[in-house]
Amino acid sequence: MNPEEWQAVWLTLKLAGLTTALLLTIATPIAWWLARTRHWLRQPVAAIVALPLVLPPTVLGFYLLVLLGPQGPIGELMLQLGLNTLPFTFPGLVVASVISSLPFAVQPLQNTFSTVSERLLEVAATLRASGWDRFFTVVLPLARPGFLTAAVLTFAHTIGEFGVILMIGGNIPGQTKVLSVAIYDHVETLQYAQAHWLAGGMLVFSFLVLLTLYMINGRLGGSAGNLTT
Amino acid sequence: MSVAGIHARFQTSFGDFSLDVDVRLPAQGVSVIFGRSGCGKTTLLRCIAGLQQAEGELTVAGERWQQPGQSLPVHQRPLAYVFQETSLFPHLSVRRNLLYGYRRVPRAQRRIEPAQAIHWLGLEGLLERMPVRLSGGERQRVAIARALLTSPKLLLLDEPLSALDQSSKRDILPYLERLRDQLAIPMLYVTHATGEMARLADHLVIMERGKVVANGPLAATLARLDLPVLAEESAGVIIEARIGLVDPQWHLCRADFDGGSLWVRDFPGAGVGVAVRLRVMASDVSVALQRHDHQSIQNLVPATLAALTPERHPAMTMVRLMAGATPLLARLTSRSVSQLELAPGAAVWLQVKSVAIVE
Repeated sequence: MNPEEWQAVWLTLKLAGLTTALLLTIATPIAWWLARTRHWLRQPVAAIVALPLVLPPTVLGFYLLVLLGPQGPIGELMLQLGLNTLPFTFPGLVVASVISSLPFAVQPLQNTFSTVSERLLEVAATLRASGWDRFFTVVLPLARPGFLTAAVLTFAHTIGEFGVILMIGGNIPGQTKVLSVAIYDHVETLQYAQAHWLAGGMLVFSFLVLLTLYMINGRLGGSAGNLTT
Repeated sequence: MSVAGIHARFQTSFGDFSLDVDVRLPAQGVSVIFGRSGCGKTTLLRCIAGLQQAEGELTVAGERWQQPGQSLPVHQRPLAYVFQETSLFPHLSVRRNLLYGYRRVPRAQRRIEPAQAIHWLGLEGLLERMPVRLSGGERQRVAIARALLTSPKLLLLDEPLSALDQSSKRDILPYLERLRDQLAIPMLYVTHATGEMARLADHLVIMERGKVVANGPLAATLARLDLPVLAEESAGVIIEARIGLVDPQWHLCRADFDGGSLWVRDFPGAGVGVAVRLRVMASDVSVALQRHDHQSIQNLVPATLAALTPERHPAMTMVRLMAGATPLLARLTSRSVSQLELAPGAAVWLQVKSVAIVE
């Protein structure tokens, strides 16, 4: 593999890692709210969160481009604040990945949160634990399988992302050229040998990730059914 | 009642159920909140704990826990709650379950130490186990010890035995009795089981359809004729007595009380002076105008008829009698009442077919 390809590997891992870390933080309160609330907004919010699952990545990428571009409302705001616009930059990729992987983090967390019984939280309250205390000492430990599933799915999904990235990030080596795009390039230019190396590597990597997840979930007694989001 | 007791006034409604209570409870001993399922007894307990919100006010041992527009959150109320079903944290060992509440109580407020609670509830061998590897009875003992380790000012128990089988119930009851006798904190015990009520209560609150219909000391409340929850088959009284004589030949002992005495089977630890709590069901008591000695029933107690109430079915009449200062109930056919010409003030002999020692 040449240095440009290694760069693509590194960029991909960096993007997936950052996206996962950000998404677990963002998805936790959303999933907690969805799992507990009886608010009428629950269904609309759940539907919005699930949108990236059904929308073609190009549609998602198109709207992001429109929103974040120099003529879009967010893009204009950023320019006025003296910031660069996000399209065709690495931070832009992160924003796009976070949005497109949102359901992969929210849904397993929501499933696992809804299995934590209200009764245990009441018990913890009668044992003097405040709201945050209850969340960290009861909910988080019991939701561990859900967090693991969410993290792995988000990470793997980000690595596999292609359409949104091409729409918003283009194909700038070292900036936005991730693995899936590099493979596409190789195929476009008929460099099948290089494409094989990268594609095969991703195939093996993805299989190993999922295998590990299923094995750990099996051991924790969690349901690997969480994977069918 | 002194300021040291509990005063709870709550109003709330949801669906077609409404709770409307204003009740004062003693500062010590076990107050059993008794009633059929759906009568609101668990709701009352949850309102006291703050697990459920209701309009009203609550004072415990002189401290205001709730007043209109202001309510302490659950975790700031110095109470402990034992739930009906398993409520141990499944991810923590028995030891860490026990310490969960203990660690959250400021050092200066801790009055019960882990070693004590572990000893009281017999948990020595279970500390490293995970909750899934405990029996139902063991889990409930751990839950009780965990609750005690917060050194509460009020212990709330919501049907703590109802999810257990008979033998586990028998195992746990002595632990609860011991706590009642050793702890100086008031306990509110919700149940619909007459056996647990008869055994543990010092004070009895009877609820029906979201309202308190009776609130008083156990023996006096049980002997009332106007409480439908305790009528008919389940009617009976509790008598606090002391062993006055032991008859080793026939394995019997005589339990003396204010107004008479009853022979009961002897039991381990029976000796002169030992306090016993007797339960006499109304259907086990018959009435005669004279003393009949030539018969199998040997428990004969002179008494005065105090009041009569016809039951829902006109064939039966519930009769309240006083043996000295002790009230008893007898369930008779209305025909016998008429033929014996029983009326308030009549002097009669009670024939007691069976007496149970509940403690």
